[in-house]
Amino acid sequence: MRQRWVSVLICAAVSAAATTACGSGGASQTPDGKTELTIATFNEFGYEDLFKEYEAAHPDVKITQRKTGQGQPHHQNLFTKLGAGSGLADIEAIEEGYLSQVMAKAGQFNDLKEIGPKIEDGRWLQWKTDAVTTKDGKLIGYGTDIGPLAMCYRKDLFQQAGLPSDPEGVKALFSTWDSYFAAGDQFIAKVPGVAWFDSAAQVFNAMHNQHKVGYYDRDDKLVVETNSDIKADWTAVTGAVTKGQSARLAAFSNEWNTGFKLGKFATKTCPSWMLGVVESQAGPENKGKWAVTDAFPNGGGNWGGSYLSVPKQSKNAKKAAELAAWLTAPDQQIKAFKAKGTFPSQVKALDAPALLEQTNAYFGDVKAGALFAVQAKKVTAAQYKGPKDGEIQETVFSPALQSVEQGKNADEAWRTAVQGAEKAAK
Amino acid sequence: MTAVLPEVGRGREQEPLPQPARRYRLSKLDNKVSPYLFVAPFFVLFGAIGLFPLLYTAYVSLFDWEVGADDPAFIGLDNYRTLFQDAQFWKALFNTFSIFVLSSAPQIVVAVAIAALLNENLRARTGWRMGVLLPYVASLVALTIIFGNLFGPQYGLVNTVLSAVGISPVDWQASTFGSHVAIASMVNWRWTGYNALIVLAAMQAIPREVHEAALVDGAGSLRRFFSITLPMLKPTLIFVIVTSTIGGLQIFTEPKLYEPSGGSGGGAEHQYQTVVLYLYQTAFQGLDLGYASSIAWVLFLIVIAVAGLNFLITRRAVR
Repeated sequence: MRQRWVSVLICAAVSAAATTACGSGGASQTPDGKTELTIATFNEFGYEDLFKEYEAAHPDVKITQRKTGQGQPHHQNLFTKLGAGSGLADIEAIEEGYLSQVMAKAGQFNDLKEIGPKIEDGRWLQWKTDAVTTKDGKLIGYGTDIGPLAMCYRKDLFQQAGLPSDPEGVKALFSTWDSYFAAGDQFIAKVPGVAWFDSAAQVFNAMHNQHKVGYYDRDDKLVVETNSDIKADWTAVTGAVTKGQSARLAAFSNEWNTGFKLGKFATKTCPSWMLGVVESQAGPENKGKWAVTDAFPNGGGNWGGSYLSVPKQSKNAKKAAELAAWLTAPDQQIKAFKAKGTFPSQVKALDAPALLEQTNAYFGDVKAGALFAVQAKKVTAAQYKGPKDGEIQETVFSPALQSVEQGKNADEAWRTAVQGAEKAAK
Repeated sequence: MTAVLPEVGRGREQEPLPQPARRYRLSKLDNKVSPYLFVAPFFVLFGAIGLFPLLYTAYVSLFDWEVGADDPAFIGLDNYRTLFQDAQFWKALFNTFSIFVLSSAPQIVVAVAIAALLNENLRARTGWRMGVLLPYVASLVALTIIFGNLFGPQYGLVNTVLSAVGISPVDWQASTFGSHVAIASMVNWRWTGYNALIVLAAMQAIPREVHEAALVDGAGSLRRFFSITLPMLKPTLIFVIVTSTIGGLQIFTEPKLYEPSGGSGGGAEHQYQTVVLYLYQTAFQGLDLGYASSIAWVLFLIVIAVAGLNFLITRRAVR
């Protein structure tokens, strides 16, 4: 009896200590002798048709995509398997919010200048490449997309509120954050039951990303408390929440999806990749109601954008780098843009007629390509991201803003956020 | 004079009969070693995937160890010191016990009641008995996502129903108690039927004679239930309580997937983050393996303490 209890106890503790880490060291060869290249992405990269195209041109290659719904679990998986030393795909997508964490472990990724094919100079916007180059000059990733910000809004709800609703007319509302929140006050007074924006964190992140300095300064020192820009953003957003401008829907949650379907908020901060998300969540029944305009409070901004990297774990690093280089060439990136709205980071692609003429039927046949190209040019440089930038945004500031939406005092929540950031950065 | 006969070499008698002796030794060895060999696979496996990680976790917990870091720094018991001052850890511990009580207590009462019903002469008895096991068969992840939708704060079915009958809706995510109730309801949904079947098996093992004797003495069915059935179920009930303690203190999937987009924080203010979820967040989001290991060890000790307490109660109860 006693002994059985001991083993039960030990087993219990073991299962408490052991957490899910499911590795899948795949074979790199398919039964018919092809080289299998795996590529791990999150959200929508728009590569599905490109894979077929590449496979048709390279009969010896079979591409398998591992697709994760959200960035967070994808990167969690990436870092866990980096630590474990195996289980990663041949090509791993990296979102810019996690880039600094990756750069701290740059030794575990291949230098694409060394193993990759020769790539023409100046393929990417300079800041895009700079962010992924190590201090000793190694290139860790090929740029895929960027996230120039525009504003999406519900035309029908704007009309209902007596606000201008044509793309030119709304620009005045979206010229500064002050005018944006002022319009919000007007809106919620006229249209009961509908909020001005979806979630405080979504607005805050967009505001925050416009600043040159964010949570960290360039020496990787945490400046959350001393950076007055962050506190100003916080005050503005939580003020709007208190007035009832937020629909209080955590982004990408089931309730957020329902909020899109039911039309529970009138505006949405829209990086280029968000168009695909809006379309799939709001669904065909809301077609023609959403519009997008080439204006964004306080100028432009960038939210997101990714890179393709080849971890040293890859057994087919050279072939993987070739595929990654091909996928991130201007022509392919334009096709991905057409498929899912991922906005190219390639200089040539920004001027390509195919991009400038690209329209989005869901958003009333707007010339989305040209629109976001205009927005992209408003971006001067990407914000510097410190080692725990992604974690602070997703596990500290977003929950803190959510707690304000759930009724917590804004000053208390701010203190929680600052402490949380310090704990995360430690 | 006696003739000294030369010794005739008679091999058969001279040789020390090697065959039987070896066989004997072998069989003795067989008797001694075989049992250990037969149980060895368990201990080898346990050593490799049980004991080794357990000890290695203790080792890692003494370092400032980040995933993939090249050179972790030895910091002694600092992780434990930090942990005992970590408000989030105490909150997680409170949440864990709160969810555990909210799930185990009603669950065991209901399980006994269901078992008592199933013990009656029902039509299609096997069907009913298998029916209560169905929630246990369903995938935990699917179950959690469905419950997460039902308990959605703004558009969830539970709140819609509450509003329809005139009760003000509850924010099942923001409120501490509300979220604990929601998560406990998932646990109850999954485990009540399972425990009911265990209790039912114990009920059927109660000798009929005892009941019949009570019947002759004029005891009603309620009296018989409380004076005979319940006391005789005690050992089984304690087994059920112990297993649900061990499971309950390690609850993870339900709070993790309660709001799938919310990461592993367990709510905006960690209002439903359990200890294992905090461990997971520390290890796989914060990538701080050293600190996570110290959480794992403290949880291990807590589980041992609680289960040890249960063991003492068991002994007293069985005696």
